[in-house]
Amino acid sequence: MSNVPNDLKYATSHEWVRDEEDGTVVIGITEHAQELLGDLVFVELPEVGDTVDAGNECAVVESVKAASDVYSPVSGEVIAVNEALADAPETVNQDAFGDGWLFQVKLSDPAQLEDLLDAEAYTEIVESEEH
Amino acid sequence: MGNRTILFDIHNAMGARIVPFGGWDMPLHYGSQLEEHHAVRRDAGMFDVCHMTVVDLTGERVRDFLRHLLANDVARLKEPGKALYSCMLNPEGGVIDDLIVYFMNETWFRMVVNAGTTEKDVAWLSKQAPAFGVDVKPRKDLAMIAVQGPNARMKALPLLPENLSASAADLKPFYAATKGDWFVGRTGYTGEDGFEVVLPESKAVAFWQALADAGVQPSGLGARDTLRLEAGMNLYGSDMDESISPLEAGLNWTIAWEPAERQFIGREAIEVNRENPSNRCFVGLVLTGRGVLRDHQKIFVGDREVGEITSGGFSPTLEKSIALARVEAGVMEHCDVEIRGKRVAAKVVAPPFVRNGKIRVEL
Repeated sequence: MSNVPNDLKYATSHEWVRDEEDGTVVIGITEHAQELLGDLVFVELPEVGDTVDAGNECAVVESVKAASDVYSPVSGEVIAVNEALADAPETVNQDAFGDGWLFQVKLSDPAQLEDLLDAEAYTEIVESEEH
Repeated sequence: MGNRTILFDIHNAMGARIVPFGGWDMPLHYGSQLEEHHAVRRDAGMFDVCHMTVVDLTGERVRDFLRHLLANDVARLKEPGKALYSCMLNPEGGVIDDLIVYFMNETWFRMVVNAGTTEKDVAWLSKQAPAFGVDVKPRKDLAMIAVQGPNARMKALPLLPENLSASAADLKPFYAATKGDWFVGRTGYTGEDGFEVVLPESKAVAFWQALADAGVQPSGLGARDTLRLEAGMNLYGSDMDESISPLEAGLNWTIAWEPAERQFIGREAIEVNRENPSNRCFVGLVLTGRGVLRDHQKIFVGDREVGEITSGGFSPTLEKSIALARVEAGVMEHCDVEIRGKRVAAKVVAPPFVRNGKIRVEL
């Protein structure tokens, strides 16, 4: 069973969301997601200024063998992306919930955070996939 | 649940991530596909290839049978133990399978065929064999482990049965030695030196464990694929199949046209295109822009679509994305690949990309 921090929110498509409590959130993929993907070799991020919509694909993470879409768990404007991943995509494998973050969004509808899963609910989803 | 090899439990004990592959549950990796890849290029790794099938062919006319069956010519096999890579074609000239055949003695040849094609291969062999009085015997009782890398032979030799290790130590590339139910070929699918060891199933787990104890890295299908891609070796089902002529899959070198009177199955169909200048070419690509090349991405020169990637991925040795591709004749030097709707620049090269630990293309 992989690590699922309690202070984050989650989407069923295996993204995590950290509320910065200033109207913005930081988004990444979970430890479980990176384990499924294996060694990442390329990350394609949105551009700062792009608008993302909850549930829509907005980034791609590619491991040695497969490409996988990343869906934005919330709607809003991209205000920062993790540019360090261009040269070091493996950071997502090493620290999925920290230095391996993908992008930061200024929320257009903060109420969307209420629709996301807490750690306990997300853990149940991961466990059901593992059995 | 798929079929399981005799090594399934020890894979799990060694931390394998298991995935379905051609009807089998096989290890994808044991933690890091990249580390396994590098272990094979720099030291030694091992692969469970028990899902592939050893087929023993016996009979007085077995050599004649194989000269009829295969596009390469087993007349080239003069010394016992010598191996030959060949395509087995259908009458339309498509590739039923690619395989390695070993000359054991005048009444016994051994073939190793792909996992996913075993059933149709054995059916095809069994259909062709009676006319030559040849007996076709798939050896389900045998396991197979590939030990690959610059240090693979050194690490594996002391673990072979005593009466086999001396002859195994003397093997030249593409030769095999055998003793009882053990069989060692100096062959592989990685572009590195090494052995493929066929052994009784009952001995396989202990041999795998002994190799691990000797410092041989257990490696999964993930690394097997990136290694063979770097080595420019075709993957059946991706780079060619029954709808593709070997002439358009980079396999011209495996077709023995001489002697001209040898009528192997499929010859008539492919010979008409033997020197056809409009045959599509099988090339290597190195991505110069950002991204990862994947199977089935379209290739363009200017606005014109000129072909498709047949196997794409990331090369851990080059630290760039590479691919094998089938393109129109005349595509040279540069092209673009469509990745998620965008055109990304790639360089056209001649495979292999890597052999024996050395990069073989200009980047």
